Amino acid sequence: MAVAPKKKVEATPEKVHVWPYLVRLEFMCAILVILALTVWSIGIDAPLEEAANPTKTPNPSKAPWYFLGLQDILVYFDPWFAGVVAPVLIIVGLMLIPYLDVNPKGNGYYTYEERKLAIWVYCFGFLVLWIALIIMGVFLRGPGWNLFMPWQYWDPHKVVALTSVDLPYAFGVRTYNMAMFVGGVVICGYFAIGTGVYFFLERKAIKYVGFLRMFIKIQLYLIMIGIVIKIVLRLGFNIKYVWVTPWFNI
Amino acid sequence: MANKAPGLPSLADLIAKVKSGEIFKEISKQITESQVWTSSFRHGYADTPRNRVLQIASNVWLHLHPVKMHRHALRIKFTWCMGGITFLLFLSTVVTGVILMFYYRPVGEYAYYDMKYLQYDVPFGMLMRNMHRWAAHAMVITVWLHMFRVFLTGSYKPPREFNWVIGVFLVTFTLLLSFTGYLLPWDQLAMWAVTVGTNMARATPFLGNEGPFAEYVGVTPRYDARSVLLGGSLVGPPALLRFYVLHCIFIPLVAGALMIVHFWRIRKDGGISGPL
Ligand code: HEM
Repeated sequence: MAVAPKKKVEATPEKVHVWPYLVRLEFMCAILVILALTVWSIGIDAPLEEAANPTKTPNPSKAPWYFLGLQDILVYFDPWFAGVVAPVLIIVGLMLIPYLDVNPKGNGYYTYEERKLAIWVYCFGFLVLWIALIIMGVFLRGPGWNLFMPWQYWDPHKVVALTSVDLPYAFGVRTYNMAMFVGGVVICGYFAIGTGVYFFLERKAIKYVGFLRMFIKIQLYLIMIGIVIKIVLRLGFNIKYVWVTPWFNI
Repeated sequence: MANKAPGLPSLADLIAKVKSGEIFKEISKQITESQVWTSSFRHGYADTPRNRVLQIASNVWLHLHPVKMHRHALRIKFTWCMGGITFLLFLSTVVTGVILMFYYRPVGEYAYYDMKYLQYDVPFGMLMRNMHRWAAHAMVITVWLHMFRVFLTGSYKPPREFNWVIGVFLVTFTLLLSFTGYLLPWDQLAMWAVTVGTNMARATPFLGNEGPFAEYVGVTPRYDARSVLLGGSLVGPPALLRFYVLHCIFIPLVAGALMIVHFWRIRKDGGISGPL
């Protein structure tokens, strides 16, 4: 029986046979994962609480842990944004990444130097806006969706003064229509100025990146930054809404 | 002795053969050369280049792999093996999930008590339930990590843009799979988590009864995006049945099909990305 020229295969740096080189790795990896899963499942039981009861609402009611980032955004945004538009934007935005990032470098290897901005944006979105909010939602959000430190008692009667006002009100605007106008100007102005500044700063890149690409990219950046701004406005300055209209509030 | 029928070995011969181990070779030869064996198993473990290729190419389970690959793609440091682990966890939920389906009825009156029965009276029922649930949770984590790795290595760049898009569908379906399954135990945790989640559909612009511009469309609490999802205006037995069908049939089929496309595309895009 002919024996494979092992030495020769290993001396060739380029290509190796999937059998056995990859299959054996997959096999070992599978054994380890299944082992870990089995031990975990023997050790810790899946939760089963009392039977579902539509008349007894638990406080706090939490979504499954992987959605708690979105649930936390609900503090700062109305459900139409936090629960519907934001998830859609996340999904669409993720799908657009390969078409918006035209940097040819860093394809197929780890590098920070060659694509700093891309790495920063993704890490911020994933690690801060997604993971950190989930961790906060799982461990720190108690009754009434109030923040509790791990050593604090979950007091269901904790009252947090709701003194927040809308942004136009904070600016001294008192009539509804005027407030609606001011809010609209602030929001639209934010996007218009943000887009303008970006295009000015990146004016040399327009040629090879393309107008449409740059336009979509900056809108997505501005939405992401806008979410952070809104969180800061709420936590730091007690601002509830920036723009109140008869149809929606932001 | 001389006129003994040919083929009938003497006892002494037999003992000698057992002692020398000859007999085992003969038996194994007879088995592996039988028609049944050779028709079932096409290749042995002969370590020849030809056989290495055949092992992959003629095996239905392995042939989504390429026959040869770049050496750098073997490095665990590069892929973290996260895509593979995600797939393995998916398969684990399929196997344990089918077992759970033998005992579980998606009916308001039964669902919760079927869970209790599974946990306390079905042999290994608790273990199956635990494995199903923890594998599902773990899959959510590993798919995020896989995506993170693919981003960090820039593997979504040409020519792999399309596979990244399929990936985003996959992560979405992974979350939906987990979410629809969350309701099935039909306990307080399940009902209220899904209530919180599906309440969001109420606020869908145009299509949810509390969403922006709903008044121009004319949706009502009993007839909007949320009620289509739940089969009613609250999380009740119709929602349980809907989530069950989505969880056990629709989403796994779609996700499974997408995974096959995903794996196929890895090959067609030139294998795992690398610095070349
Ligand atoms: C159910 C979910 C998924 C499964 C089972 C899966 C499976 C895999 C496997 C086994 C690989 C081979 C390399 C590796 O293990 O890293 C891979 C590669 C890849 N995956 Fe996934 N994946 C899933 C979700 C995703 C997601 C969410 C994305 C991104 C949005 C994605 C994008 C990619 C890309 C672009 C590659 C090629 C990587 C390269 O060439 O380096 N996949 N996937």
